[in-house]
Amino acid sequence: MNKRTSETLWISFFIAPALIIVCVIIILPLFMSLFNSLFLWDQLIRQNFVGFQNFKKIFFTEPYHTRFANAMGNNLRWLVLTMIVQNVGGLFIGYFLSRRIWGHEFYKRIIFIPVLFSIVAVSFLWSLYLRPNGLVNAFLKLIGLPQFMRPWLGDESIATYSIIFVNIWRWIGFPSLVFLAAIDNVPMDCLEAACLDGASDTRVFFKVILPLIVPSIVIITVLTIIGSLNVFEQIYTMAGLDGSPNFSTDTIGTLFYRTAFGSVDSGKPEIGIGSAIGVIIYLLTFVVSLISIVTLGKKEVEL
Amino acid sequence: MTSDLRLKNAPTHKKILIIFIQVIFICYSLIIFYPLFNMILSSFKTTRDILRFPFSLPKEFNFSNYKTVWVDKGFGRYFLNSIWITAISMIFVLLFGSMAAYGVSRYAYRMRTFIYMLFLSGIMLPLKAAIIPLFMLMKNLKLMDNPISIILIFIAMSLPSTIFILSGFMKTVPKDLEYAARIDGCNDWMIYRKIIMPVVVPAISLVTIYNAVPIWNDFFFPLVFLQNPKYKPLPLGLTNFFGQYSTDWSLLFTALTIAILPVLILYLFMAKYFIKGMTAGAIK
Repeated sequence: MNKRTSETLWISFFIAPALIIVCVIIILPLFMSLFNSLFLWDQLIRQNFVGFQNFKKIFFTEPYHTRFANAMGNNLRWLVLTMIVQNVGGLFIGYFLSRRIWGHEFYKRIIFIPVLFSIVAVSFLWSLYLRPNGLVNAFLKLIGLPQFMRPWLGDESIATYSIIFVNIWRWIGFPSLVFLAAIDNVPMDCLEAACLDGASDTRVFFKVILPLIVPSIVIITVLTIIGSLNVFEQIYTMAGLDGSPNFSTDTIGTLFYRTAFGSVDSGKPEIGIGSAIGVIIYLLTFVVSLISIVTLGKKEVEL
Repeated sequence: MTSDLRLKNAPTHKKILIIFIQVIFICYSLIIFYPLFNMILSSFKTTRDILRFPFSLPKEFNFSNYKTVWVDKGFGRYFLNSIWITAISMIFVLLFGSMAAYGVSRYAYRMRTFIYMLFLSGIMLPLKAAIIPLFMLMKNLKLMDNPISIILIFIAMSLPSTIFILSGFMKTVPKDLEYAARIDGCNDWMIYRKIIMPVVVPAISLVTIYNAVPIWNDFFFPLVFLQNPKYKPLPLGLTNFFGQYSTDWSLLFTALTIAILPVLILYLFMAKYFIKGMTAGAIK
């Protein structure tokens, strides 16, 4: 056996197990979703080819259209609120931790604690606290603000926001510590030069630190977009699969699950429509990630 | 690193800022800490006391709730299931992941970039969106209600990031080490095993935490594929429990404490590793 064949064999040996698993479990289902979305389905049995009719149904036919628009609206709320509250908040937490405020090592460990916990456990814990007779309302009563007591998860107008804030409570430590690491990596001489020029802290933050941590901002943004599109467990545990009350907390993830495993229209699984929603999730993830990488990548400063 | 923000020698307006920031950080620490503290306390209280005196201390520390949840309600089983499902998944992730990382980082060949990109695309693709084909696949393979289904999915879910992180480390190992070993008669497997793997040990602990935590916490795939309580991992067991005992606050808090406390204790001992591991994918 010559050297070349033996090397090819070795390479195949090293790569094959991972490649087969990734292809079968990740890549193949992507194409299967595309394929399945173009057909009419009777439960689990494939019927005629219908082109893009499943997609058309989602966008123009009731009840799919209303449910889909409603769910997308909620996903947008998730994205916007998470970006503003969690990621901007995380940026400031990371910044002040990098300034070595008193107790910074302690705070760093504390804010990261809930990141380790499962979404399910955190959501259930807070669903108990947010019940009408739970800890949050008891606290409001205790500090003399009973007029703010609410059925946090039972009121259509605020349920989504309650769930979003629970998720921010769980996850804010993540962007905080990613930004902290990024700021700690900003070269000392850049900061010293800025200080010698007499720049104020605020100026240094916006003109030196922020442009230099753009790669981390891109990563956190992409992760937030992917995370917002994939919201499922939070709704399932705190509001139920139907996104109660009255679909007000429904997201694309729960709608997708109900469609795939049956309960939107007739109670039967709708593989065609479900696959089409899956394809839309794939596309959105891909396109939005690409856009943010390209647009933010341009703003990156090379050292 | 920027200059320290300390109270000493600071001008007045800065002092106010520093104190303001401290107040915010202390308040936020309480917002994180108190709900967990209250959870543990509530697990020792009766449902009646939890509802009437939510802020009070328990009258006595009686562990009978824990015995009920752990033994009678099957949480011991769920806990064990989580452990072995995570462990088996991770063994294969580390073995196959490090082998593939070796295959894409230590050889030069035509398909290399393509294969590497194929692996990387797995990081971006949301696996949940593929649940319909995965469901059909597992049904055809007769793996429904069989833990192998979710173990396979967990392995696939973790391989891309593992290959990404490990191949980055493996690229830094000098070629000379490899040549020297080859002259001594080592074959490729021995080089992988004896030369490359020992060098990337720190990265191994990194990817272990990075992937084991999401696997341990995953709820979606067990929900779809596992019905038999014999195989249910902790998050799924917890969900069923909440459906069944939704008004027994005392037991619910006990179940939550069982799900959360072990992770918390492990974290307190290894905070540094957890922080480094969990953020590994987002930090260059």
